[in-house]
Amino acid sequence: MPETSAQQAHVHAPPEGFLRKYVFSLDHKVIGKQYFALALVAVFTGMFLSWLMRIHLVWPNAKIPGLELMSKVGAPGGIMTPEYYLSLLTMHGTLMIFFVLTNAPFAAFGNYFLPIQIGAEDMAFPRFNMMSFWTTFVAWVVLMLAFVIPDGPPIAGWTEYTPLSAIGRDAGPGMAWGASLWGISIAIFCIGSLLGALNFIATTLDLRAKGMTLMRMPLCTWAWFITSCIALLAFAVLLPACILLILDRHAGTSFFIPGGLVASDRLQPHSGGSPLLWQHLFWFFGHPEVYIAILPSMGIVSHVLVNSMRKPLLSSKVVIYSMMSIGFLSYMVWGHHMFLSGMNPLSGLAFSFPTLTITIPATILTLIWLGSLYGSNLQINSASLFALGFISMFVAGGVSGFFLAQPSIDIYLHATYFVVGHFHLVMGVASLFGVFAGTYFWFPKMTGRFMNEGLGKLHFWITFVGAYCIFMPFHYLGLVGNVRRYQSFVDDYMAPYLGLHKFITFAALITGAGQMIFLFNLIYSRFKGKLAPDNPWNGTTLEWSVPSPPPWNNFGGKHPIVYHDPFLYGVKGAKGDFIMQDSPEPEPSSGD
Amino acid sequence: MASTTITAVAPDSTNAPQAKTAKGVLVRTRSSQSGIWVGIFAITMSFAALTSALIVREGTSDWAHLALPPVLYLNTLLLLASSGTFELSRLRLEANSGDSERGRRSGMLWLAATLGLGVAFCAGQYLAWENLRAQGVYLATNPNSSFFYVLTFLHVVHVTGGIAALLYLMGKLGWGRKQARRSTFDNTAIYWHFMGALWVYLLLLCVIKL
Repeated sequence: MPETSAQQAHVHAPPEGFLRKYVFSLDHKVIGKQYFALALVAVFTGMFLSWLMRIHLVWPNAKIPGLELMSKVGAPGGIMTPEYYLSLLTMHGTLMIFFVLTNAPFAAFGNYFLPIQIGAEDMAFPRFNMMSFWTTFVAWVVLMLAFVIPDGPPIAGWTEYTPLSAIGRDAGPGMAWGASLWGISIAIFCIGSLLGALNFIATTLDLRAKGMTLMRMPLCTWAWFITSCIALLAFAVLLPACILLILDRHAGTSFFIPGGLVASDRLQPHSGGSPLLWQHLFWFFGHPEVYIAILPSMGIVSHVLVNSMRKPLLSSKVVIYSMMSIGFLSYMVWGHHMFLSGMNPLSGLAFSFPTLTITIPATILTLIWLGSLYGSNLQINSASLFALGFISMFVAGGVSGFFLAQPSIDIYLHATYFVVGHFHLVMGVASLFGVFAGTYFWFPKMTGRFMNEGLGKLHFWITFVGAYCIFMPFHYLGLVGNVRRYQSFVDDYMAPYLGLHKFITFAALITGAGQMIFLFNLIYSRFKGKLAPDNPWNGTTLEWSVPSPPPWNNFGGKHPIVYHDPFLYGVKGAKGDFIMQDSPEPEPSSGD
Repeated sequence: MASTTITAVAPDSTNAPQAKTAKGVLVRTRSSQSGIWVGIFAITMSFAALTSALIVREGTSDWAHLALPPVLYLNTLLLLASSGTFELSRLRLEANSGDSERGRRSGMLWLAATLGLGVAFCAGQYLAWENLRAQGVYLATNPNSSFFYVLTFLHVVHVTGGIAALLYLMGKLGWGRKQARRSTFDNTAIYWHFMGALWVYLLLLCVIKL
């Protein structure tokens, strides 16, 4: 393994001045924290929107105090209009998927820990890294402007299906400037994500310390690396798609708008476009995007579990190859979002096979996690609880995917609450559990203090039970025919299920309130938490070899040398029960 | 795609990349090209998405035929020639081991020629658009013109990025220490040649499909 002489080429000067230290920082750790803070704001905004949605579903004519301040048009006198429900739904999905699930597990923790875990002083391109965060921040500001403009946010859903998303105000409230702001925001987000992904890949390939072979990288580093490869290709497709959508909306082109379309009693002045083209382009991005959301959390959970179990996983190589397979296969399944779009049924079959195939590496991962737990000396703490909770949520949400993967069943289940339950559990909640696990695990490293364990465990149980109370009933509702994206349920057949919706709403409000415990714990512990040593969890990976928090150049100007893989836990004969990656201490021989 | 400027060197570094003592204009550090190839891959993917959009859109009834402005072919020659001048500058910068200043000046001239040809290409593309507009063919006139304008405009945007990188490289070679890292030169060159290759592909796509 040749010495990476390129390493010192990426050192930047120690930061000086407030702006360089805390605002326009080149330090990957500060940038990681900035992404985390943005994700935190986005997740609480998205959760607040979901509360409003849940309240409206159950009490459609309720006057919600203060809602008219959000939008006079959307909630006159505090009573939400049906269209505004769709606006909130759109913004909830957009915020959560882009600004939370892409930012938190990948951009936030990846930026903070990937360079340290591979023994580098910073990312390959620190300036690009800073640009990628601030680009993402600008994207968020542009999106949030949709709340402020008089017509409000778009109503087309986070998928912004054409042709209705391309024709402007005739498609409904919020579809004039609201939808344009969405398109511009997401296009800017794509650029930020592309810069970030490029940085992750170049850093992982070029800046590994001496002795840090690819197979010696921690599993979460592998997850970030594979995710960044997926992200590079996915966002590179969404960006031109958004550009074409913006042109259809503002430049009179007809990429997505067919001829003869009448909306709001007006014949639209376009012809020849293909609405299905948008779906293909969007979902070619959209399906890899959900793996961008889940893979980093899989890596974090693997990393936390190995540490908490004090033993390696059954086969870390298989875990790596499974994650690679998931990444590869994710590009072949996009059409399973389009089984009912009118495309050729044979295409449906062609997409169904790889969709079912992708369950194989996902199942292998789950079996490895569960199999490794058997016979382990699992330390129970907030981080490991959330790691276990991830497995539970991933399985619970994942099994419904077997049904949705089959076109014949999807004919019934498409656009019902069954799908909503599936993706919330398998992607939303599971990924967030990975983020929580990572937060509790790495908080001592980032701040030098522990988070409160009691509050952490309380947070876990409220979230775990609450998430199941909210999303498990969604599967049942979908099976009885509850259509999604409806702002209220007026059909007679839905009457028996309104009580269940009430239960879900109460569960959502209580679970959401439980997240305030996490927020309080985060802020309180930052200043008053119990002081933590540099290696509080007796970890083997390089982040535990540096001070807490790490200095601006991570390793104090030294270049670590790696001697071992990151799984040397439960080692008999070693000091403690583990050997750190950069310890020259040889592995005790296993001789008999 | 430009490399990060070194402002500090790790104290125990044994492989100091710059050079108070290095000879020559292009400092011989180990060149890392991962970043530029990753970037090229992403750009390729974007244009692949646009190509697939074109193929889907081609199947509709309002697909017309677009007469391509002849200036495009001259622009192609300009861009390909600029790749040639870029490589000539590399030869000049690497040669003249006894007189690196002469090599630097000569290399700078060829880089300036590259810059001029690149700017001329962009101007020529603008002329092509003007040519179409004079015939009443605008962005939204028909799907063929829409794709033509989108593809050529996005390509020019990326070429402009290459021009910015070229200006940065020339700044490094022309001022201050009058040295540039080899990786800066190599990566800029790779990106520049990619712009030429991408343009040839786009031109063929326009000729065959539009």
